[in-house]
Amino acid sequence: MLKWFRRKFKKKTEETPSAEGTSPETPVQETSSPEPPPPETPSLATPVTESVAPSAEEAAEEKKLWDRFKKGLTKTRERLREGLAELFEVDRLVDQAFLEELEELLITADIGIETVNRLLEPSRRKLLLGEPLKVSELKRSLREEILRMLDLPTPPFPPEASPAVVFFIGVNGVGKTTTLAKVAWHLKERGFSVLAVAADTFRAAAIEQLVTWGERVGFEVIRQAQGADPGAVVYQGLEAAKARGVDVVLVDTAGRLHTKYNLMEELKKMVRVAGKVVPEAPHENILVLDATTGQNAVSQAKLFGQAVRLDSLILTKMDGTAKGGIAITVAHLFRLPIRFVGLGEKMEDLAPFEPRAFVQALMP
Amino acid sequence: MFENLSDRLEGVFQKLRGKGKLTKEDVERGLREVRLALLEADVNYRVVKNFVERVRERALGAEVLESLTPAQQLIKIVHEELIRTLGETPAPLDLGGPRPVPLLLVGLQGSGKTTTAAKLALFLRKKGHRPYLVPADVYRPAAIDQLKTLAEKVGVPVYDTQPSENPVDIARKALVEAKAQGRDVVIIDTAGRLHVDEAMMAEAAAIKEAVSPREVLLVADAMTGQDAVNMARSFQEKVGLTGVILTKVEGDARGGAALSIREVTGVPIKFLGTGEKIDALEVFYPDRLASRILGMGDVLTLIEKAQETFDLKKAQEFREKLRRQEFTLEDLREQLRQVRKLGSLQEVFGMLPGIGKKIKQIPFDEKEIVRMEAIINSMTRQERLNPRIINASRKRRIARGSGTTVQDVNRLLKSYEEMRKLLKKARGARGLERLAQRLLRAI
Ligand SMILES: Nc1nc2c(ncn2[C@@H]2O[C@H](COP(=O)(O)OP(=O)(O)O)[C@@H](O)[C@H]2O)c(=O)[nH]1
Ligand SMILES: Nc1nc2c(ncn2[C@@H]2O[C@H](COP(=O)(O)OP(=O)(O)O)[C@@H](O)[C@H]2O)c(=O)[nH]1
Ligand SMILES: [Mg+2]
Ligand SMILES: [Mg+2]
Repeated sequence: MLKWFRRKFKKKTEETPSAEGTSPETPVQETSSPEPPPPETPSLATPVTESVAPSAEEAAEEKKLWDRFKKGLTKTRERLREGLAELFEVDRLVDQAFLEELEELLITADIGIETVNRLLEPSRRKLLLGEPLKVSELKRSLREEILRMLDLPTPPFPPEASPAVVFFIGVNGVGKTTTLAKVAWHLKERGFSVLAVAADTFRAAAIEQLVTWGERVGFEVIRQAQGADPGAVVYQGLEAAKARGVDVVLVDTAGRLHTKYNLMEELKKMVRVAGKVVPEAPHENILVLDATTGQNAVSQAKLFGQAVRLDSLILTKMDGTAKGGIAITVAHLFRLPIRFVGLGEKMEDLAPFEPRAFVQALMP
Repeated sequence: MFENLSDRLEGVFQKLRGKGKLTKEDVERGLREVRLALLEADVNYRVVKNFVERVRERALGAEVLESLTPAQQLIKIVHEELIRTLGETPAPLDLGGPRPVPLLLVGLQGSGKTTTAAKLALFLRKKGHRPYLVPADVYRPAAIDQLKTLAEKVGVPVYDTQPSENPVDIARKALVEAKAQGRDVVIIDTAGRLHVDEAMMAEAAAIKEAVSPREVLLVADAMTGQDAVNMARSFQEKVGLTGVILTKVEGDARGGAALSIREVTGVPIKFLGTGEKIDALEVFYPDRLASRILGMGDVLTLIEKAQETFDLKKAQEFREKLRRQEFTLEDLREQLRQVRKLGSLQEVFGMLPGIGKKIKQIPFDEKEIVRMEAIINSMTRQERLNPRIINASRKRRIARGSGTTVQDVNRLLKSYEEMRKLLKKARGARGLERLAQRLLRAI
C-alpha cells in the first residue's frame, strides 16, 4: 500500500534526526517497494503492512496510518457488518427477499441506486434464470466488483514537479481548508517543504483559519486581504513558491456550489493563472467530498470536472456514521482515485485511502 | 434543488396521465417510480418505504381507482403526503418568553451554522428585533473571528468570546451581557459536532441546560445523504430540537434529507439557506416545497419576491409584453435591471413552472447580468428592437463600446434568442400565461 504516497529524504537538519535518511547528502525522492500480489482472501486481521517498506521506521509509520484508517472506519464497518453479517450468516441460496435486503444495505451506504442496480444485476439475472446462487458466491463477486470499481491508476503524490501545485476544490463546508492542513502535515512528515495559498478570499475569516493552521502545522501562508481577487493570490503564491524553492504548494480555494456559473469561471481563472506561473500547474486538482453527502456528489464531480481537470478525490468526515458510499460511485464514474480519507478535526486525522481495506470494511 | 425529483415524478405521471383508469398494476408501477425518485433524491430508505406505504394505502383505496381522473388523484395523494411529511403549516420562530430570548444553533461540521447565525440576526433585525450574536465555537480555527466579522456585516452586536473560555460559560455570560445591553434575541452559534461524539453531544446538551433556549435549531446541509436520519435522530435524542434549518438549497441537491430529517425528528423545518450571502435566508413553506417537488413551480415565492422588489408598473408592462409575445432586447434590459434587485436570474426563472429547468441550463449570473446590460446599452435603439440587423461589424462596435468581446455579444444574442423561444413555448404550453395572471392579481 501507499505505493503512490511519496517520501522525500531530507538533508541532515536540526529538526530531523539523520536516522531515516539513506543518503543524507543528496535529497532523493523514493517510493516504497512494490506491493505483493493481493492475497486470495484479504482479511482485516492481516493488513497490508506486508508490503515491504524501505525501513523499519517507515513500516511503523505506514502501520500507524493503516491503523488510523481502520480505526476511523470502525463505525462504518460495525454498522454495515451488523447488517451484512446477519445477511451472510448462513450460506443459503440467494432469493428475492435476500436481494432486497442487500439492496437496502447498499443504498443506505449512499452508493446510489443506479450503481446498486448494476452491482446486483448479475445476481438478479441468475435468479431469474433459475440458476442457484449461493450467498458466499454473491458476497465474493460483490466485493470483487466494488474493488474493480475502485481499481484506478494512482499516480504518485505529491506530483513529481517542482514546485508541485495542488488545488483543493469542492462545495461549501466539505473540509477543504482542514484537509489542506492535514495534507501539509503529512507532507512535512515525509520530508517535503510546503507552502499554502489562501485563495478563499470570500468566506469570513477563511484566511485566518488557514493562517492558524499554518502556525499549528508549520507552513507559510501566502495571503491577501479578504475580498481580493483569488487569481491574484494564486499568482503571488506560486511566485513566492518558486522564489523559495518549496516542494509543494497547496492552494485553498473558496467553497462554491458547482451550479454557480460565475464561481466556476472564477475557479477556471485561478487554474489558468497557476499554469502561467508554473508550467503544467496545477499538477493535481483534488475534489474534496464530504462523506455525509448523498447523490449530489455525482453532480459535483461532473460539473467541477467540466470546469477544470480533476485528478483525485479526498473523502472527509469518515469518522461519523456516514459510509461514504457515494465516493465509490464517483471514483468509478469519473475515474478519480481516492487519495485520502479525513477521520477527524486534528492535523493527524487523515489516512491514505486503501481500496481493499475500504471494501473489506464494507463487506466483512 | 428538487428539480430532478419533480422531473422524475412528472415523467411518471405523464405516463399515467394518458390512461383513463388506473389498474392495481398501474398504481404499483407509479409507486415504483416514486420510490426510485425518492431514493435518488437521498430520502432515507426507511423513510421512503413508509412514505410509499402511506401513498399505496390511499391510492389502492377507492379514492383513485374509482375517480374520473386517476392520475391527478395520485399526484394529489403524493402531494398531500409530501406536505404531511414536511409539516402542514409554516412554523415561525418561537420568540416567546422572557427577554432576551436565546436561540441555539447546532449541527454537523460545515453545515452552515455560523453563516446561518448571521443570516438569522439580519432577518430578525430587519423585523425590528434587537438580536445579539454569540460565538460559542472555541474549537475550529478562526470560528470566532468568522462570526465577529459577519456580525459587523449585518450590523448586530456580538459577544466578545475568548477562545480560552468554555462554551457553557460563554453562553451563560453572553445571555447576561445581552440583557444588560437591552437585546431581545440571543443567537448562539456552536461548534460543529458529530452525532456519535458523546463528549461533544454532552457539551451541546449542557449549553442548552445552561441557557434554556426557546429554540434549538438543527442546521443541516441539503446535500446530506442517507445518514441524515442517524444524524437528526441523535441530535433530537441527545440535545432535543425544536426546528430545522436546511442550508445550501440553491444548488441542485434534490434535498431528500428534508423529508428524512422531518420524518425522524418530527420538528418543523423553519428556514432555508439559499446562498452564501447574509441575506440568503428564506422562510420555509411546506406546501410550496411539496409543490416544487412535484414540479408545480414555486409560484408563490416568486410572487412574494416580486412584490418586494419589482417595479410594479414596469412589471405590468412586462406581463403585457409577454402576453403579446413582444420580447425585445430592450425588455430584456429592463428585466435584467429588475432581476439584479431580485437576486440571480436563474433563481427567479427557476421558480417558474415548466421552464424552470430549461432556463437553468442557460448560464446566467450576476456579473454576467452586468455585462449583458452593458452590451445592450451599447446597442442602438434600433438594434435593440430588431436584433436581426446586428451584423459582424455592428457586433464589433458593440463589443468595443461595452468593453466586452464579440463572443460575449454573440452569447448575449444567443441567450436572448433561447429565452424568447422558451418564453414562447412556456406560454404556449401553459404556465406563463397563468403565471402572468396570477402575478397581476397578486400585485
Ligand atoms: N469530523 C470531521 N470534521 C471535519 C473533517 N474535515 C473537516 N472537518 C470539519 O468540517 C468543518 C468545515 O471544514 P473546513 O475545512 O472549514 O471546510 P471548507 O469550507 O471546505 O474549507 C470544520 O468544522 C472542520 O473541522 C473530518 O474529516 N472529520
Ligand atoms: N451555497 C451556500 N453556502 C452556504 C450556505 N450556508 C452556508 N454556506 C457556506 O457553507 C460553508 C460552511 O458554513 P459555516 O457557516 O462556516 O458552517 P459551520 O461550520 O456549520 O459553522 C461556508 O463556505 C458558507 O459560506 C447556503 O445556504 N448556501
Ligand atoms: Mg475553507
Ligand atoms: Mg461554525
